[in-house]
Amino acid sequence: MKKWGFLGLAAALTLAACGGSTDTASDGGPGTSGGASRLQTVLSRGQLICGVDGGIPGFSFVDESGAYSGLDVEVCRAVAAALFDDPNAVEFRRLDSTERFTALSGGEVDMLSRNTTWTISRDTSVGMEFAPTTFYDGQGMMVRVDSGITDLEDFAGRAVCVETGTTTELNLTDQMRRLGVEFEPVVFQDADAAYAAYDEGRCEGITSDKSQLIARRSTLPNPDEHTLLEVTMSKEPLGPLTVNNDSAWFDVVKWVTFGLIQAEEFGITSENVEEFLGSDDPNIARFLGEEGTLGTDMGLPNDFMYRVVTHVGNYGEIYERNLGSESEFNLERGLNDLWTNGGLLYAPPFR
Amino acid sequence: MVSHSDDTQKLSLKRVLRDERFWKIAFQVITALVVLLLIAFFIGNLNANLTRRGTAFGFNFMRNPAGFSIGESAIRYLPNDPYWKALLVGFSNTFTLVVAGIALTTVVGVAAGVASFSQNWLLYKLSRVYVGLVRNVPLLLQLFFWYFAVYSNLPRPENQISFVGIVYLNNRGVYIPWPATAQLALFGVGVVIVGAIAAFFLWQWHLKIRVATATGGKPQLYGLIGLGVLVAAIVVFGLNWRIPEEVEGGGVVGGLRLSREYVASLSALVFYTSAFVAEIVRAGIQSVSKGQWEAARSLGLPAPSVMRLVVFPQAMRVIIPPLNSEYMNLTKNSSLAFAVAFPEIYSIANTTFNQTGRPVEVFLVLMATYLVMCLIITLVMNQLNRAVQFKER
Repeated sequence: MKKWGFLGLAAALTLAACGGSTDTASDGGPGTSGGASRLQTVLSRGQLICGVDGGIPGFSFVDESGAYSGLDVEVCRAVAAALFDDPNAVEFRRLDSTERFTALSGGEVDMLSRNTTWTISRDTSVGMEFAPTTFYDGQGMMVRVDSGITDLEDFAGRAVCVETGTTTELNLTDQMRRLGVEFEPVVFQDADAAYAAYDEGRCEGITSDKSQLIARRSTLPNPDEHTLLEVTMSKEPLGPLTVNNDSAWFDVVKWVTFGLIQAEEFGITSENVEEFLGSDDPNIARFLGEEGTLGTDMGLPNDFMYRVVTHVGNYGEIYERNLGSESEFNLERGLNDLWTNGGLLYAPPFR
Repeated sequence: MVSHSDDTQKLSLKRVLRDERFWKIAFQVITALVVLLLIAFFIGNLNANLTRRGTAFGFNFMRNPAGFSIGESAIRYLPNDPYWKALLVGFSNTFTLVVAGIALTTVVGVAAGVASFSQNWLLYKLSRVYVGLVRNVPLLLQLFFWYFAVYSNLPRPENQISFVGIVYLNNRGVYIPWPATAQLALFGVGVVIVGAIAAFFLWQWHLKIRVATATGGKPQLYGLIGLGVLVAAIVVFGLNWRIPEEVEGGGVVGGLRLSREYVASLSALVFYTSAFVAEIVRAGIQSVSKGQWEAARSLGLPAPSVMRLVVFPQAMRVIIPPLNSEYMNLTKNSSLAFAVAFPEIYSIANTTFNQTGRPVEVFLVLMATYLVMCLIITLVMNQLNRAVQFKER
């Protein structure tokens, strides 16, 4: 039985090899096979390859000059700073929502920082490894102000635009099933096409993470004509991720992310980090790599967090720059504040 | 003595190396080895990667509930149906798109191809401009054009367009009359097919009698007319048609709604493929020698009959093989409809592998589906090709 399965597979793979059209089988390459950690690959390459969305202002956005900005982008820069002491040693790859996991598991990118929701099935059956959440979000629904729609029940017989390959697609179905509302999903591969279709009236509503809706609203022709409904359909913890079964590399991404949070808790910023050097507090001395071997144990230079904070800053700085008071969105910290301030951000001890 | 046998051995080796038959077999063996090694490499690579990720190859996930909704479906589907059902829905949508696409492409393509021989200046130019324009623009671009430029300019449901009160158009889609149930629709199609076959044989009978006796054949002609009236009556009155009706404040109830996604995809596919078919038809007609045209005209046949009875049947020999590959192109290109949100099988497969993290398995299913569809088209077209070839007796 097994033999026949393999024969079928063999035939199909030959087809794939000739057609060269699947993005999984043809992208194996010598770089991804073998037992060595991705960490070695990245270090010897001298550059980090990071998968981002690139179309969401505030998270990852490419401006006219081709420069990337946003919270997701800065997480990539933080990892690059920890590895190479250079936040610009990153190559960004724009990935759409269906490409992202295959790109990561195929080895095309080293990590994803692409507003990806942490779910159990992605962690287990899809084969991903989620680093700490960098943005706690919830799913919302955007409608036109003049449509008269006030809650989800109003969508009976109406159409909702949604991006494929996202958790929002599933949550929307769950919510509507729970409410018993028959609606029409119009599922787009490309977020830009989905928002264009919403804008010209194909759908009465468009659903996505609230932060994304707010960011996208700013790019619509008349932002004031659109409003977000007062519903939160789901929990959407967004964060960076790496591929399964590579602990060494996963640890680096995980602890750099935790480091950003811990730096804010210590009150270390890109401006005052020099003052903390030579600190009497052993916690801070360990954190900045002046004591102990926290960095070298992980395969990084011992002062990796000093590098990160110098180049990128702490989590609070990143947030304010891209989403908070220094940005056009002016989002409250809310859940994305330190645990000491009533938020959910909490880093385990650096010891 | 020893040196002599050595010589013969060397000679025989040389002889083998110079033998054409040896090399023929050797190349076969080498090719087979290379192919096998390639396959082994790919399987080994896949296995290594799957093991590294901690997943095993298998199709059991197909039985898990899909959990996503699908906008339109030819078969009944609920979000808690399994993945295989969702893929089946995708296939049914692809199927309706491909079948309608092939039928319309044949009509539009042949019309455009024949028009390029028209004596009518406007018709001729129109055909040339259409082919030139459409053949040279990428299909994906045309899809977006139809979806975002053509059909988005249709009015909102509040002030929709209506054609004599039975067909409605708005930016949601097109609403057409449709038989009350799927069984009735199939019954209608069956009646038309049976009627057409019967009519064909009646007409052959009529012609045979006409050729043999130069008169008569009247009963067959009446039979033909009667058959036509009967089929028309069944189709018009027997299918319990549901006519779309406008509701107060915009919108439509009843009838069949062809979503804007479907209509846009169909339009793009049909007009794109038809341009290629038009060129194939033109080439086919041009391949018929000038003498055939002249001979037909000298028999006193009017221009439409020259085309219909003499030139076109001969052109078919040249048209059918490349037409086969255009039909296959249309089938495969239908996967691009996912870009304008039509839930065909590629789109559903995309969501499925993204949700389950099983791209290899899902893509195998996808490849097999397109392969089978294309093989069926080829099978049918080969039969057709055999029928129109010269009969050498």
